Amino acid sequence: MKPKGWKDLTPGGGVILEAGNADEYNTGSWRAFRPEWKEENCIQCLFCWVFCPDSAVITKDGKMTGFDYKHCKGCGVCAYECPGKKGQKAIVMVEEGK
Amino acid sequence: MAKAVAVTGNQAVAEALRQIDPDVCAAYPITPSTEIMQRFAAFVADGDVNTILVTVESEHSAMSACIGAAAAGGRVVTATSSQGLALMWEMLYIASGMRFPILMALVNRALSAPINIHGDHSDGMGARDAGWIQLYSENAQEAYDNTIQALRIAEHMDIRLPIMTCMDGFIISHSIERMEYLKDEEVKDFIGEYKALNPLLDIDNPKTIGALVLPDYFMEHKKAQADAMGKVKAVVLDVAERFGKLSGRSYGLFEDYRLGDADITLVIMGSAAGTAKDVIDDLRNRGIKAGLLKPRLFRPFPYEEIADALKGVKAICVMDRADSSGGYGPLFMEISSALIHIKERPVMINKVYGLGGRDFLPEHAETVLNELAEIANTGKAKTFKEYITVRE
Ligand code: SF4
Ligand code: SF4
Repeated sequence: MKPKGWKDLTPGGGVILEAGNADEYNTGSWRAFRPEWKEENCIQCLFCWVFCPDSAVITKDGKMTGFDYKHCKGCGVCAYECPGKKGQKAIVMVEEGK
Repeated sequence: MAKAVAVTGNQAVAEALRQIDPDVCAAYPITPSTEIMQRFAAFVADGDVNTILVTVESEHSAMSACIGAAAAGGRVVTATSSQGLALMWEMLYIASGMRFPILMALVNRALSAPINIHGDHSDGMGARDAGWIQLYSENAQEAYDNTIQALRIAEHMDIRLPIMTCMDGFIISHSIERMEYLKDEEVKDFIGEYKALNPLLDIDNPKTIGALVLPDYFMEHKKAQADAMGKVKAVVLDVAERFGKLSGRSYGLFEDYRLGDADITLVIMGSAAGTAKDVIDDLRNRGIKAGLLKPRLFRPFPYEEIADALKGVKAICVMDRADSSGGYGPLFMEISSALIHIKERPVMINKVYGLGGRDFLPEHAETVLNELAEIANTGKAKTFKEYITVRE
């Protein structure tokens, strides 16, 4: 998208009129490490969903189903909090490009 | 017939605020502007206005509450002085950057230390770069008239910037003068209804304000703000013309007093201009071609118009009621900038006077004008910047 010139800005000092447009911001591009879900170790506690600061944990019918990689910035909070099963984490952080 | 009254400057401004009947007022009273809020709070308590008065714990909070109320969509006013304005400092930039047309009555007072409660322009000059429009007044009548004109200027759709109307602490704020009030309906008609641009209380249209703007867009936002400032002069003149028709009193970007054929000129702002005008008349009676220029609009500064008005003058003294420590006085810097592009520049000197409420008397103006007459003869100045009326 071509950046706007000063005359094309919304009048009124940095106001954003489209509600919820943070959705369009691809914070996923910041990611250096990617969370990967190991379903076999998941106990569906939803800690990951609660703790994710970017609402990037996708759930369906109250169950964790994976990640929204457009918005997941790779902070690793979900992996840290994940209790997993029998000492095995259900979320592991994998370096991007590997 | 307009109503003639004998009132203090503070009383006159409080009356203007009553007639404006703003949606919200958030303030933390401070000398010498206290009386404005004291009287306005009485109007609120007596049900004379529909204003929500927000009493806060500091001026920083006062300006923050003003910004919040303006963001919600209200017409907002406040008043302060000196340390109060200094404490608002970071919020001043937010009000202007977010383009909220907040009206502030600034009763000019010196800044500490040493602590002092009397009038000088240090507070207003300190806020010079904050993106607010600034109008200065010579007396109670001008303070009242400027307060009423200010909203029309600030709220103009091309502008949408906050505005300060300034008057000298004590000298204007606490002296009783004869002046005229407009009728309530006249003020109401003149200021019209306020329509907020993107009010947060329009809950059917959710929006974000105050979002982070990084290097890719910051300069575009600042350019848009500067462009609005650039349009202020035209709006000030337009509003002044309409106000003139209503009140019979004329206003411009500045006042030129016996300036047309003047050889020597004082540039002086606020109440001291009144004192100096008398002396100018005396000198004129003695055949000395003296004149005076009194800036009214200090931000944006009308450089071209002032340069035009001062063309042909031989010697100018710019009188500053504030100092930029280690530099020339702030008004001197502006006048110098205004004159830099004209070919035959006058000799210019700078006098700092009246700090912390020090009296400025006719004889002081006369001494300066005599010095100017000598400079006009010789073409040479002895000192470019000097404190006057100070003891050795
Ligand atoms: S890595 Fe961070 S941003 Fe990504 S899903 Fe986990 S908690 Fe959310
Ligand atoms: S925190 Fe771990 S175990 Fe809990 S739901 Fe998320 S992935 Fe599954």
